[in-house]
Amino acid sequence: MLCQNCNKKEATVHITKIINGVKTEMHLCEDCARENQEVNLSQPFGIGIPFSFQNILDGLFEVSGLENEEANDEIRCPVCNMSMEDFRRTGRVGCGNCYETFKNEMIPLVKRIHGGVQHTGKVPKRTGGLLKVRRDIDKLKEELKTSIDNEEYEKAAEIRDKIKELEKDANNENNKGEGEK
Amino acid sequence: MTNLYSNMNGSDIIITSRIRLARNIKDIPFPHELDENKSNEIIDKVYGTLSGDNLQGIGPFHLVRFNNLSSAERFSMVERHLISKELISNASKSATILNENENVSIMINEEDHIRLQVMMPGFKLKEALNYANELDDIIEGKIDYAFDNKLGYLTSCPTNVGTGLRASVMLHLPALSISKSVGGIRNTLNQVGMTIRGIYGEGSSSECSIYQVSNQVTLGLSEGEIINSLIAVVSKIVDQEKAARQVLNEKQGKELEDDLYRSIGILKYARMLSSHEALNLLSNVRMGIDMGIIKDVKPEVVNELIVKVQPATLQLQSDKELSGAGRDELRAAIVREAL
Repeated sequence: MLCQNCNKKEATVHITKIINGVKTEMHLCEDCARENQEVNLSQPFGIGIPFSFQNILDGLFEVSGLENEEANDEIRCPVCNMSMEDFRRTGRVGCGNCYETFKNEMIPLVKRIHGGVQHTGKVPKRTGGLLKVRRDIDKLKEELKTSIDNEEYEKAAEIRDKIKELEKDANNENNKGEGEK
Repeated sequence: MTNLYSNMNGSDIIITSRIRLARNIKDIPFPHELDENKSNEIIDKVYGTLSGDNLQGIGPFHLVRFNNLSSAERFSMVERHLISKELISNASKSATILNENENVSIMINEEDHIRLQVMMPGFKLKEALNYANELDDIIEGKIDYAFDNKLGYLTSCPTNVGTGLRASVMLHLPALSISKSVGGIRNTLNQVGMTIRGIYGEGSSSECSIYQVSNQVTLGLSEGEIINSLIAVVSKIVDQEKAARQVLNEKQGKELEDDLYRSIGILKYARMLSSHEALNLLSNVRMGIDMGIIKDVKPEVVNELIVKVQPATLQLQSDKELSGAGRDELRAAIVREAL
């Protein structure tokens, strides 16, 4: 088969695209594929076209079923004025608040990138106080369950006391936070 | 100037370990949305947290602005892995904070407001993470970070949210390069949320058989979990490189020895060396030393040369602006002298 673009060389790159159920096929030679913007996916075949995050963003939106929600382009972030359209163009959000403003779009996207959406790592010491205590409590509760399952009641009692103490701390912290408001 | 590299541990397969934390300031648009004034405010604010006396023995730190640096000086910092290319593409709005021995670099207004980087020679991911956490706590003591209970630290690109942690290990893999095994490693790593890239990160080629292995996934795993899997994976790659060297030695011992000696021969006597050629030959010599084949060259000398022969760092070693041929000549002279 000859390349459908230059009609000179043998077509070695074959692309089948299915968008909204409409199937289109392209058959190109390596040189024309290199020129063609739409064939960015060709890096795995060793042609070496840079394949950036923006390039795959739209693909991720498509599989998330979000591509047709045009109404969302009207919404702008109150802090940085970014729209979803801007994000899809640049691959970057405008500020931290965008994640909240566009959470319907961002959460599924983040899930597709990382496989999960629950942060389990470090928490800021000063501003993340309450979350940090809660995380510690969750961890202890799990330990409590294991020690009861293992019939280690003395250890379980110790853990129970620790949890009580932390819960007291968490309550104080909570009240303090509300008091400041 | 080449501190980190002259302190490097001999000719080991593992060259350096690096931790990078991405952080942003709450309620302020990310760097790509900011004008010069706002950007400068952020630089002052971040530097302010690290310029006091209250640093528990960490520091002192100094601020580097790029306006008064030549382009060679800027790119030399990229070659020494202190900063990213992206940071200087935005030179009027960005800066970096360095410590004295240049193993800490806190880039301000790169993709995120703060990109805190700690680099250590050898396989020291845990130590580097602890150090980075200390610095992070100091900054967080005075700056409110953009943080979400669910998504963790919020970043400009969704690929970094969560821990904001990119842990990477720089490896010298000549035998795996020769046996064309790096592609296979890349495929396997992708399946476990990690990646292997060329010497200067994203999209760069692997000059000198030097690669970086790093985590891709930043959300859903704790920092400790990320580091532990990286350590496990890197240890496996090191084993594979050792095995590949042994196979190479057993199957093509004479050819290998010949290749390595030719490499050192060219480096010792060449009158012109391109950076590509110099790096590849230095890579061979480094492997030769590690395998006990080349005995009369000190590994530190080779490590230092790997940085010195790169274009911008080389330019800094001359008083006048050099042409391509002029650089090749100077490069050959520097290598001859050192060896």
